Amino acid sequence: MSLNGWLQIALFIALILLLAKPMGSYMTRVFDRRRTWLDPILVPCERLLYRLTGVDPDQEMRWTQYAMAMLVFSAATLVLTYVIERIQQVLPLNPQHLAAVAPDLAFNTAVSFTTNTNWQSYTPETTMSYLTQMLGLATHNFWSAAVGIALAIAFIRGIARREMKTLGNFWVDLTRATLWVLLPICIVFAVTLTSQGVIQNFHPYTTAKLVQPQTITTTGADGKTTTTTVTTQTIAQGPVASQEAIKMLGTNGGGFFNTNSAHPFENPTPLSNFLQMLAIFLIPAGLTVTLGTMVGSPKHGWAVLAAMTILWFCGVFVCYRAEAQPNPLMHNVDQHASLTQSGGNMEGKEVRFGIANSALFATVTTDASCGAVNAMHDSFTPLGGLVPLTNIMLGEIVFGGVGAGLYGMLVFVVISVFIAGLMVGRTPEYLGKKIEAYDVQMSMLYLLIFPLIILGFAAIAVLMPNLGLSALTNHGPHGLSEVLYAYASATGNNGSAFAGLSANTHWYNYSLGFAMFFGRFMMAIPMLAIAGNLAGKKIVPETAGTFPVTTPLFTVLLTSVIVIVGALTFFPALSLGPILEHLLLHAGHTF
Amino acid sequence: MSTASQAKGRRSLFDSAIVRRAAVDALVKLAPKTMMKNPVMFVVEVGSVLTTVLLIYDRFTGHGHFSFDLQITLWLWFTVLFANFAEAMAEGRGKAQADALRLAKSETTAYKVSKSGTIEEIPSSQLRADDVVKVVAGQMIPGDGEVIVGVASVDESAITGESAPVIREAGGDRSAVTGGTRVLSDEITVRITSNPGETFLDRMIALVEGAERQKTPNEIALNILLAGLTIIFLLAVVTLQPYAIYSGAPQTVFVLISLLVCLIPTTIGGLLSAIGIAGMDRLVQHNVLATSGRAVEAAGDVNTLLLDKTGTITIGNREASEFVTAPGVTSEQLADAAQLSSLADETPEGRSIVVLAKQQYNLRGREFANLNAEFIPFSATTRMSGIEVDGRSIRKGSVDAISNYLIEHGSKLPDLVRESVDAISRSGGTPLVVAENGRALGVIHLKDVVKGGMKERFDQLRAMGIRTIMITGDNPLTAAAIAREAGVDDFLAEAKPKDKMDLIKREQAEGKLVAMTGDGTNDAPALAQADVGVAMNSGTQAAKEAGNMVDLDSNPTKLIEIVAIGKQLLMTRGALTTFSISNDIAKYFAIIPAMFAGAFPVLNALNIMHLHNPESAILSAVIFNALIIVALIPLALRGVRYRPMSAAALLQRNLVVYGIGGIVAPFIGIKLIDMLITALHLA
Repeated sequence: MSLNGWLQIALFIALILLLAKPMGSYMTRVFDRRRTWLDPILVPCERLLYRLTGVDPDQEMRWTQYAMAMLVFSAATLVLTYVIERIQQVLPLNPQHLAAVAPDLAFNTAVSFTTNTNWQSYTPETTMSYLTQMLGLATHNFWSAAVGIALAIAFIRGIARREMKTLGNFWVDLTRATLWVLLPICIVFAVTLTSQGVIQNFHPYTTAKLVQPQTITTTGADGKTTTTTVTTQTIAQGPVASQEAIKMLGTNGGGFFNTNSAHPFENPTPLSNFLQMLAIFLIPAGLTVTLGTMVGSPKHGWAVLAAMTILWFCGVFVCYRAEAQPNPLMHNVDQHASLTQSGGNMEGKEVRFGIANSALFATVTTDASCGAVNAMHDSFTPLGGLVPLTNIMLGEIVFGGVGAGLYGMLVFVVISVFIAGLMVGRTPEYLGKKIEAYDVQMSMLYLLIFPLIILGFAAIAVLMPNLGLSALTNHGPHGLSEVLYAYASATGNNGSAFAGLSANTHWYNYSLGFAMFFGRFMMAIPMLAIAGNLAGKKIVPETAGTFPVTTPLFTVLLTSVIVIVGALTFFPALSLGPILEHLLLHAGHTF
Repeated sequence: MSTASQAKGRRSLFDSAIVRRAAVDALVKLAPKTMMKNPVMFVVEVGSVLTTVLLIYDRFTGHGHFSFDLQITLWLWFTVLFANFAEAMAEGRGKAQADALRLAKSETTAYKVSKSGTIEEIPSSQLRADDVVKVVAGQMIPGDGEVIVGVASVDESAITGESAPVIREAGGDRSAVTGGTRVLSDEITVRITSNPGETFLDRMIALVEGAERQKTPNEIALNILLAGLTIIFLLAVVTLQPYAIYSGAPQTVFVLISLLVCLIPTTIGGLLSAIGIAGMDRLVQHNVLATSGRAVEAAGDVNTLLLDKTGTITIGNREASEFVTAPGVTSEQLADAAQLSSLADETPEGRSIVVLAKQQYNLRGREFANLNAEFIPFSATTRMSGIEVDGRSIRKGSVDAISNYLIEHGSKLPDLVRESVDAISRSGGTPLVVAENGRALGVIHLKDVVKGGMKERFDQLRAMGIRTIMITGDNPLTAAAIAREAGVDDFLAEAKPKDKMDLIKREQAEGKLVAMTGDGTNDAPALAQADVGVAMNSGTQAAKEAGNMVDLDSNPTKLIEIVAIGKQLLMTRGALTTFSISNDIAKYFAIIPAMFAGAFPVLNALNIMHLHNPESAILSAVIFNALIIVALIPLALRGVRYRPMSAAALLQRNLVVYGIGGIVAPFIGIKLIDMLITALHLA
């Protein structure tokens, strides 16, 4: 670990904490439908959209209606993307004449982008046409992010409102999240990215002549070796910048290229890398402030943000430290950081980012449900890889995905308040709302579905040699980590891959598809049920006897509950995965 | 609290008779139908059955490691039994009390007055509501009812534990009598108000026995949380086996069930119902009967306490403290008139006026009988009392009443007198204006005496976030002064029953929970409306039925203790839940390395307690898990210590004790058990 690395990490979090307030206050204005400086341009657009779609913006929805609207919207856009993928060969903007996407992969991809997961079982540059990328996938990057924000806003309203049955209007929240929050920032961000060298074009792929021809020897299935000399390289092109901006800001993470943010056309410079990380946390951090202002307790928002920051720091510390350590198996090699080398574990990392920015990126992308990667998580040290895996398994609530992170965190808040709230001798109250059986029931359902899907599917996968294990390229604890990571990433709607798993098989495409689907919608519904129930309650006025949710003590409590409940659920599985691998590595075994 | 109930309260926590009965009950409670009500412990029972079956199977087929498997199986059964024992212990204390109450319920003869007026003797069990009975001195009152004729002193010690007799009389707020109590003097006619099996005593027995115990809202919510955690851990353990098989280290059923039982929240799951029963029991120790556990929980949540001024905040009687004269009147004149007018006034206030006049002006109390005088008693319409003697017409009463009286006689209240009246009111006193022959003589200052220690108690309540509102019929000035002196947060002056009701509704509309006490029939609607309504046992039947608690000691200050008991109940649940969940960390570090260290010796790095070997590690965790239930029974029964302080301070204290304590304790406990097991060569 170097001072330089830590300074960059410190600069990153300082900027996030600084931006949280303006971002959060702005979003409060947007969703309270108060005046903003973008209104002159956007209000006419908004009105036009409502007139075209027949939405009555003043119609308030109960939680069931809100959930239904969200499901209908998601289902319709899911089908749209599936169809586009299946018929892309006849649609325009396909200079490489890519064929229709296979049904299982098209299903997996459509679910993946609808659920804000952006798990990619495919190699984009050889599978998706420009049209599919823009119309089928990038649009979902906006929509799924806007849905997440809308859901979080609905939850916040549930806490803030008293004796009301409704949570707002889904269509209005969706529209305003897209027009006021996502679009303006993305336009500025995309242009900024092009300044760094991110490409934006519709050209066919370029063929470049190699300066130094490469000779490649491969062994065929029949055991014969063939030697080929490669003299040219195909360089993929496309409208990257426009998709890159929303990929980060909407915590989607689906790369335009297979290598995602490690690709020089997606993420060319340290500055673009830094901006991309900022974009991931920008909205989730802002939403905590929105929470505080909308419920009338700004300090509560800060307390939640503080818990997130603590968990983020633990992650980045462990990850950076693990990656900066010399590899114990290479005793005779100088692995110390110096002016000429970065030291530590550079396998699978881009030289232009180095260890600090790769560890930070890995932590940030899995804290949030982004899933973009600028390094190969599979090549991290076992403990370094444990961090992204644990982040996802905690439910991606450390800042978290846009919207989804906040409401996931708030479910933990409800549970924390319930467990510890009794200890002050009152029926637990969260910001004046009594937490009762129904709320606990729905919160537990929310918390239960997550490990059920991850551990359930992973258990089936490791028991089925033909379905689950045949796709593994590593065995032993590392293989287990890969399977666990895949299902955690899908269920948590992260979308990053540990890799090492050839996931483009029927079993993985379908099982991961269902994991993504359930992980998004089966968790959003109980969450909305809590919101709906909370909205109907009276607010008990705050007194000295009220459970404090604004203090450092609360932050510590919340952090502990997250760690204990999260760790207790997954610790047995993790102890056979990354933890065992770490111990075995130091005993001289690798996988 | 009465001496008798204190004696009850001092019943040892582990009374040997109760322990014996509880041990038997613990076995009876193993019936799956009973166990299913407690999902956490039911899972443990299912686990125990599974291991037992497997143990027998292995014995015949020669599989497994018999000694270890047997010990695990036994300790799993102990875990279930200990939880049942805890519940039985809590119930046992109530049952012992119920037995004592049943003695009072013995069959008696009732003297039923028929419509024609004849008296027939029937067994008390045949009495129905609306029957009328006659009870004379020495007889037991055959059922709950209302005195319709007569007045008698009654010994209610069978119910209240209070040996001093109480007066019960027809009409008014002291008309209710309870079956099983004894008339000591005089004779009363009672209209029976309840059918057999529905009497107060029956309800009381059912309550302390916990026969009708229903889960309270918080308990239901907590049960859901615990059931949810149980399912999550079940999932974690069930899926662990596939990963273990993949890793080449499959586990035995004994080990997997051990892990499961250690992870699910058995500590709180096993003690949860005991905590609830003990909470109700604690209330009974304080001589308060709650009609439901819900009311006890609500007591912990109370935001606003409505306290009647008289009898609760001030001692019941006001005392004359000063004579303030009108212009041109001497103090002696005023004192003389005041004393004369009060000679026949048998109220404590009246007597205190006589005494004050004697003390300050040496005016000897004259015998009313020796005077040729006519006493004018207080009436609700004139709101004055007085005397007509030797042509002197003396009246005393409230300022408004005297003012009207003076106007009728063509004069008016001098401004200076009105000023004195206001000054007295402002200082919290009650002014009584004295007039003679149509002329105001001055004002008697009646002073309310605030009970000792009330200010401190209200300060404590404030620290807990509870607002106290004093209810009084006094005018606002007087009320404000007493409120200030007593240290209550607010007051409702000139309160009529409807005002009280409106105040409760207003508070509730703001989301607050309100507690109040009451005894009169006109309190009944408010008692029913309040979230916690404590009726005085001395009160009317209507009041007792409207409230959700009855204080057998008829002590309005008890409300404060009731709130503390409610809070303590909730805190105990929260504390043990936190403790239970925190415990899991250490258990993981005991069991996980033990499970896999055989296949992967490197995992011993996680064996941070340095437990002797895998079997001793797992066994130690299971034994700790079982023993901690027993160890915490006293805490569950007694409740965690409660001191009035702010929620933030309470949270901090309890998080340190039960959160951090819960993390640390099992590390020590498991290590000690492991050392013991190793020393005994058990594993």
